[in-house]
Amino acid sequence: MNDLSDLSALELRNAIAGGTVSAVQAVKAYLEAIARREPAIGAYNEVLAERAMEQAAALDHKRQNSQPLGPLGGVPVAIKDNLCTPYGRTTCASKMLANFQAPYTATAVARLEAAGAIVLGKTNMDEFAMGSSTENSGFRPTANPWDTSRVPGGSSGGSAAAVSARLCAAALGSDTGGSIRQPAAFCGVVGMKPTYGRVSRFGLVAYGSSLDQIGPVTQDVADCALLLGAIAGGDPADSTCLDRPAGDYLTELERPVEHLRVGLPREFFSQALDAEIASSIRQAAEVYQSLGATIVDVSLPHSRIDVDGGGKVSSYAVACYYIVAMAEASSNLARYDGVHYGHRTARNVEDIVDLYCKTREEGFGAEVKRRVMLGTYALSSGYYDAYYLKALRVRRLIKNDFDAAFGHCDLLLCPVAPTTAFRLGEKTADPLTMYLEDIYTISVNLAGLPGLSIPAGLSKAGLPIGMQLIGPVFSEDLLLRAGRMYEKSSGMSRLRPKMATT
Amino acid sequence: MSRTIEPDLVRHIAKLSRIELSEEQLATFGRQLADILEYFDKLAELDTANVEPLVHAVEIHNVLAEDTPRPSLAPDAALANAPHRDGDFFMVPKVIGDSQ
Repeated sequence: MNDLSDLSALELRNAIAGGTVSAVQAVKAYLEAIARREPAIGAYNEVLAERAMEQAAALDHKRQNSQPLGPLGGVPVAIKDNLCTPYGRTTCASKMLANFQAPYTATAVARLEAAGAIVLGKTNMDEFAMGSSTENSGFRPTANPWDTSRVPGGSSGGSAAAVSARLCAAALGSDTGGSIRQPAAFCGVVGMKPTYGRVSRFGLVAYGSSLDQIGPVTQDVADCALLLGAIAGGDPADSTCLDRPAGDYLTELERPVEHLRVGLPREFFSQALDAEIASSIRQAAEVYQSLGATIVDVSLPHSRIDVDGGGKVSSYAVACYYIVAMAEASSNLARYDGVHYGHRTARNVEDIVDLYCKTREEGFGAEVKRRVMLGTYALSSGYYDAYYLKALRVRRLIKNDFDAAFGHCDLLLCPVAPTTAFRLGEKTADPLTMYLEDIYTISVNLAGLPGLSIPAGLSKAGLPIGMQLIGPVFSEDLLLRAGRMYEKSSGMSRLRPKMATT
Repeated sequence: MSRTIEPDLVRHIAKLSRIELSEEQLATFGRQLADILEYFDKLAELDTANVEPLVHAVEIHNVLAEDTPRPSLAPDAALANAPHRDGDFFMVPKVIGDSQ
């Protein structure tokens, strides 16, 4: 075999289980790919080469003794750097946590490892998962493997770029408002945000606790099913994680969904959407139609995207989402105080409040400061009702729209992002422009629904276009099967940027 | 986008947030926060008088666990990342004088 990184996670697992490839060979192949391609991409904050090789050797030893290797036996994976691991550092790409060593393992990571996966390293991200381009990393931006002058999306940009450039076989990300799905779309890979409560958040550094979910970033839909099956399921350490066993998402994957009703939310096809992306989504609808599905026109009025005469884009969902996410962030990030762990100012301080203020000034980047401040403001006396409570009421309206839509269809088909990958630096000056990257993904988090982002083609400029499937709560099996139907029929699978072939 | 928030208000929000800001940041954030808050005002268009707030999309209540003792983090592990410790204690500057 010339290049093991040609294999999907599932194929690699099968090759290792069958004895044609060893786990050590697999890890070595990826470490070599990292040595060649990582300098141009910057997907990783830390590569744990030595530990990965030890784990691989231990796994090969298990196989020699005919012990079971697990459903991900020997598969090298990358982990977003906001998931706690007791080995390496867990930085959230923040100067605040640049040297933080977590005392425990996130449940999702522990489950991947229990399934036999080998952690190659921790991936770059927007600081504390706040951003849509990975440019808010406190360390450095990550490049898009399809065009290194462009962003990989965010906040799980490192994970998506690593899978796209074949610097790992699969990865984990986290998604608060689109942070798995949008970078997956920008990098031409598959990404899923599961139902809120499907995957334990224990050990995920909290950003917006009522919105955050961990999910897979993979080369194709089958790998997504494989990883989700490994990480999903109840966890006593996270009381918001529902005690429902993970499905065996792979077994039924190849069985097409019969009588599928695909809803197109009419509000998502406004002039805010790039014409090439709109046409890709409509072509995807035709693919479903050719496979026997019915296309249904549905409405999500409170996720509507308005464009005024001056071209200014606005949306209730974006306003609602950012109030909720910032309010939760301001509370969650109060823990970074320079006392218990993380950065502490070296300047002289007058008292403990001065210590907090100087530590947080030094440790947080500009976007984190903006969100913490706006969240604090939205929760402060006199503004709580007008901002926070109002947003929670609108959140219910958004959720009600989805409930009504699912009365007419089984799942929704829509864009992931309004554009393809934009240039590094293009949107950093104006935070609001960056927030609008999330217009098609945030409603899903507000409503707690699962969303799957899969490649739907390449633009004329050669950049990946993603499409999104959204289903009712706990419909991951349906989304994956429907995603597989499209993938098989369209051939839009395992897209590989040119740079990942050298 | 000409709106801006008065430096005093930005300073007040920063203080509530326990973040020190430079004069330059005060000006930049004043403009940026004003733009974002203006954007948030869009929600006022919606009549939500009879809508119940939704805190969690998947509404779960009263998840109870058995009251079984389990080992917790050992003091050394809990203190391992402390910027400044003294034995089993986190060290901080004087707390008296904290007016807020």
